[in-house]
Amino acid sequence: MNTATVYPAEAPRSLKARILGSPSAGPLLVLFGFCVIFALTNPRFLATHNLSIILQQTVVIGALAIGQTLVILTAGIDLAVGAICVLGTIVAGKLANLGYDPVLSMGIAVLICTAAGFAAGGLVSGLRLPPFIVTLGILGILTAALRLISEGGAFPVRDPFLAWTGNTMKLGGFVLTYGVLIMFILYASVWYLLNQTKWGRHVYAIGNNVEAARLVGIPVRRHLLSVYVLAGLIYGIAAWLALGRIPNADPNAMQSANLDSITAVVIGGTSLFGGRGGLVGTLIGALIVGVLRNGLTLAGIDPLWQDLITGILVIIAVALDQLSRRRR
Amino acid sequence: MPAGSRIEEPSARVVLEARNVVKTYGHVTALDGVDFELRAGEILAVVGDNGAGKSTLIKTLTGAVRPTSGEILLDGVPVHFKGPLDARHAGIETVYQDLAVAPALDIAANLFLGRELRAPGLLGSLFRRLDKKGMREEARRAMGELKFRLPAIDNPVESLSGGQRQGVAVARAALFARRLVIMDEPTAALGVRETGQVLQLIRSIRDRGLPVVLISHNMPNVFDLADRIHIMRLGRRAAVVTPKTHSMNDVVAIMTGAATA
Ligand SMILES: Nc1ncnc2c1ncn2[C@@H]1O[C@H](COP(=O)(O)OP(=O)(O)OP(=O)(O)O)[C@@H](O)[C@H]1O
Ligand SMILES: [Mg+2]
Repeated sequence: MNTATVYPAEAPRSLKARILGSPSAGPLLVLFGFCVIFALTNPRFLATHNLSIILQQTVVIGALAIGQTLVILTAGIDLAVGAICVLGTIVAGKLANLGYDPVLSMGIAVLICTAAGFAAGGLVSGLRLPPFIVTLGILGILTAALRLISEGGAFPVRDPFLAWTGNTMKLGGFVLTYGVLIMFILYASVWYLLNQTKWGRHVYAIGNNVEAARLVGIPVRRHLLSVYVLAGLIYGIAAWLALGRIPNADPNAMQSANLDSITAVVIGGTSLFGGRGGLVGTLIGALIVGVLRNGLTLAGIDPLWQDLITGILVIIAVALDQLSRRRR
Repeated sequence: MPAGSRIEEPSARVVLEARNVVKTYGHVTALDGVDFELRAGEILAVVGDNGAGKSTLIKTLTGAVRPTSGEILLDGVPVHFKGPLDARHAGIETVYQDLAVAPALDIAANLFLGRELRAPGLLGSLFRRLDKKGMREEARRAMGELKFRLPAIDNPVESLSGGQRQGVAVARAALFARRLVIMDEPTAALGVRETGQVLQLIRSIRDRGLPVVLISHNMPNVFDLADRIHIMRLGRRAAVVTPKTHSMNDVVAIMTGAATA
């Protein structure tokens, strides 16, 4: 029996197929579409001043969405993003207000956020609890604990270092905050990790097929733990960016950070089932949310409509994900 | 191509050997003192009824299961694998029935999954950068050498047919195995044509000099491919025969205990 006729490889995939097949193609088109609509209906939208504001408004959610992307790529979900970030702002603010060195205060805050990530990752990988439940529990614990610590109230953070990320610089006539720059650096670094290193490839493999990952010898549990730890570190840095945006530590802030970060990730084309997508899409997704809110505000539309439209977008994105999954 | 043209001399070196291996699970005796012998350059089929102990035998050989008693020797040296990674490090690769691939990753990424190459120089050592180009080239070379027909190496595995996907898993084993390849029903999930592709690939591996252990329920495939056939019955080796000296009916009779070799 000599059934299989065998030849070496066929022609490589065409450039067009690559672009159309890229998970970022759709989100980019959506972003572009919204920009065109807003630019046509309001000349102020494309003003460099306004574009700079959009970026500043995107910074915190944009940074949080990086950690969220990592967790979702492993087929998990992180409902404690906002809570961990708020934890960072309150720890840093409290310590600095008590007179500790601001750099040390921020450093400790980032470390504590990383520890929160470690706790989440430990429960998920060590006890094999579902990420949804673990992070929901951490959200509940932190929310209550933070209100207890800060006696329920918000307090201003006046230290210049903690608010430094809100300072502006000029880049060829374009006004940027240092926070925007840091966000882009975070995207670039984590993108490199995800796409150019073994660590990132194993994140995809685990999200894609845990069993296969285990069989080829990837230390799945240790790897999952490292993902949550890195996410916690990023949430800590996001806390610094948040203090630059609003120099105020508020235990009741960022209530919508979960939904917004998940929205950015999902609209950006990353699959909730894990193993597909990436940071380019998430950045675009975060920008879509930012552009949408900004454009609708400029048009004088009620913020409730912004939430409504964002909600519809998420559902469309998830539905598309589900459909493409069925086709596979 | 006549099967088994290469290894008729009985003196061929023994690569992997098991002596009197017992494995019990509570009151169940899965292996009841089984012997096993794989020789250099051969395809050895392992056949037997359901529950005869084929998979358990293979798992003890790959470190997935620790034998209750008995000895395993690799190239004549006793080995004690603590897990599949140990066996892998010793040069034994295993292909499983269910496809152990990551569907969204491309063919090259799957071939090197868990054994990625790092870029040369500072980029690799300091920045831990993957050598994607090197892995693609190596993957292309390996697939060419195995004469396995695949779409371009940077296609995601999910765009392949079931046979091609299993081909990737088999090629991965071939690419990294230094001593031998073990396959537990690698074609069980495949159609006729796809099975043919994978069988061809198994032959290519043998022709490159790597011995192959193949568990299969499919007698025509076994007779088409195997140099020798190890017949399991009730946790023991009932007989070892060759497709030349025995017919399919003979083998089935030994399997079921209706006859002896
Ligand atoms: N983990 C286990 N726990 C308990 N009993 C087991 C376990 N694994 C195998 N057995 C028993 O050992 C015996 C041999 O099983 P094994 O899977 O090796 O058979 P097999 O020849 O591979 O069968 P099949 O053709 O169905 O794959 C069976 O009776 C099985 O029920
Ligand atoms: Mg079996």
